[in-house]
Amino acid sequence: MSTVEALSCQEIVELVTDYLEGALEAEEHARVEQHLAGCTKCDAYLDQIRTTMRLVGRLDAASLPAETRHGLVEAFRSFTPRP
Amino acid sequence: MVEVAADDAQLVAAVRAGDEATFARIVDEWSGSMLRVAQIYVSSRAVAEEVVQETWLAVVRGLPQFEGRSMLRTWVFRILTNTAKTRAQREGRTIPFSALRDPARVPEPAVDPDRFLDAAHARWPGHWASPPTRWDTLPEERLLGDETRLVIERAIDELPPSQRAVITLRDVEGWSAEEVRNALEVSESNQRVLLHRARAKVRKAIEEYVEEP
Repeated sequence: MSTVEALSCQEIVELVTDYLEGALEAEEHARVEQHLAGCTKCDAYLDQIRTTMRLVGRLDAASLPAETRHGLVEAFRSFTPRP
Repeated sequence: MVEVAADDAQLVAAVRAGDEATFARIVDEWSGSMLRVAQIYVSSRAVAEEVVQETWLAVVRGLPQFEGRSMLRTWVFRILTNTAKTRAQREGRTIPFSALRDPARVPEPAVDPDRFLDAAHARWPGHWASPPTRWDTLPEERLLGDETRLVIERAIDELPPSQRAVITLRDVEGWSAEEVRNALEVSESNQRVLLHRARAKVRKAIEEYVEEP
């Protein structure tokens, strides 16, 4: 396989995360950009991944049960010096 | 970086001085991520909650000895990981090292291979046969609604624990790749593989939901 051979769509979807993370070599990065510039389907896929990241970012973090949290603050109070 | 270090020093000073509000704030801010990380090692959410509780108690006891050579959060997560591993051993549970150390061993395509033309296709090998639709033309309400949120939460819950931890830390909590690497003791490339797979599965779940008739 020659280094200038175009990437297929199936290859692009596997490179999306490395691409977004800036983890690709310059040449590979350029090949991905080139593909995305000419492929509306992969561009739509990339947009879906970005939307996924944005929607996941809207979720609330998990939390401890209230009584556990309360107990921890109590423990903190009893362990640390009072001013 | 300098600002983070200064913030961290302030945080440590406040907590050491017995500032309850600051302690409560970091418990609230960090416990969610801690639960996700603990769940990589232990069998259930309930045990993970105990691990997180045990960790915070160890933090409270250990604070006077904390030397500030690492970030407070890094130190807390190191205690968490050790506590979770010990607990997993006591449970007789094999720590799923391979899931963290070698996730690429079992291939997992991001998109169903059936959605692409065959590699032997004369003209368009590996090109989309069944391409993704554009989501930016969907009504915003469809993506931002409560039902979509439930779909996403369910998809994350169903991920293998290591993938769930990585997507939570990166995309819910907004940690950097380096912070995640340190907290989970995984290589840079394994962190990316786990993130890649997690995002791909959540994307698929959203796709199935928004495109259902």
